[in-house]
Amino acid sequence: MTELGSAPVPPLDADDHVRGAEDATLVIEYADFECPFCAVLSARLADRLLRRAFRHFPVRSSHPRAWSAACASEAAGAQGKFWEMHDLLFADQGRLEDPHLWQRARELGLDLARFDADRRSEKVLARVRQDFESGIRAGVVTTPTLWAGGVLHPGKVDESVLTTLERGARP
Amino acid sequence: MHAWGFVRNTLGERVIEPGTPAPEFTLARAEGGEFTREDLAGQTSVLVFYPFAFSPVCTDQMGLYDEVRGELASRGATLYGVSCDATWSQTAFREQLGVSIEQLSDFEPKGETCRAFGVYHPGGFPQRALVIIDPDGVVKWSYQADSPGDLPGANLIFDGLAD
Repeated sequence: MTELGSAPVPPLDADDHVRGAEDATLVIEYADFECPFCAVLSARLADRLLRRAFRHFPVRSSHPRAWSAACASEAAGAQGKFWEMHDLLFADQGRLEDPHLWQRARELGLDLARFDADRRSEKVLARVRQDFESGIRAGVVTTPTLWAGGVLHPGKVDESVLTTLERGARP
Repeated sequence: MHAWGFVRNTLGERVIEPGTPAPEFTLARAEGGEFTREDLAGQTSVLVFYPFAFSPVCTDQMGLYDEVRGELASRGATLYGVSCDATWSQTAFREQLGVSIEQLSDFEPKGETCRAFGVYHPGGFPQRALVIIDPDGVVKWSYQADSPGDLPGANLIFDGLAD
């Protein structure tokens, strides 16, 4: 049985997708690829000197294509292209149907048959679910939610918070 | 959540306390029947009192909780959404979201069940509150958000079940 009671945001582990300078302040995004506010936050974070980790938090009723997009990103990740797929998904949220996912996979030079098998695999589903459940346990209720300095910031994050984090201080 | 600012700090009575037997109540089911205290017997019920169908926070709440419905079911717990909206509105809300959480209406006499559970807001809608009732019909756990605009995480329900 899955344990979904309260627990802190888990620290980074080998499964996490992380980018940015290792000595920069770590922020963890709970987000989904169909969420327009997540795309905005992602673009804002890209302009900042921060170390970023991305965790999936797809909710079907709000964003019916978020789960399949999350699985597509993990399948791309299995071929070493998570962040590339992450960027392509956020770049065009109006095109998240299967043919659009295949087109992105081709653009990234992925093995298409493997991509398609992987994104439907139990392993990838479990990987996305693992992120989602870690968010549930931490009390994430909406996307995007940014974990930074030990605090969850649901929704829009003030520029001042990002600037403070960039300077290495707690917001 | 500035949209809810007008209802902040207007809380009066509080949600029913754990250890209290569930009160007598009658709610309307979408298909036309009634849901009463007798329907709580033999199962763990999670009553999710929410202010308004289609409002932003309630939309997020139903979608979020629907994602963990399976885990709750595996613990023998069933979720019910409760509001003062008419059954037709609740059904449209549920169908638009594509969620499976059964909706129960406290439309007429308006708010009577909410009052019985201590969650009727002076503004004429339910407080955002969660009540877990055990198979013997006794309140096992309850929670009322500080503001109707605050969304309690689904983790709190699992904490409540584990208490």
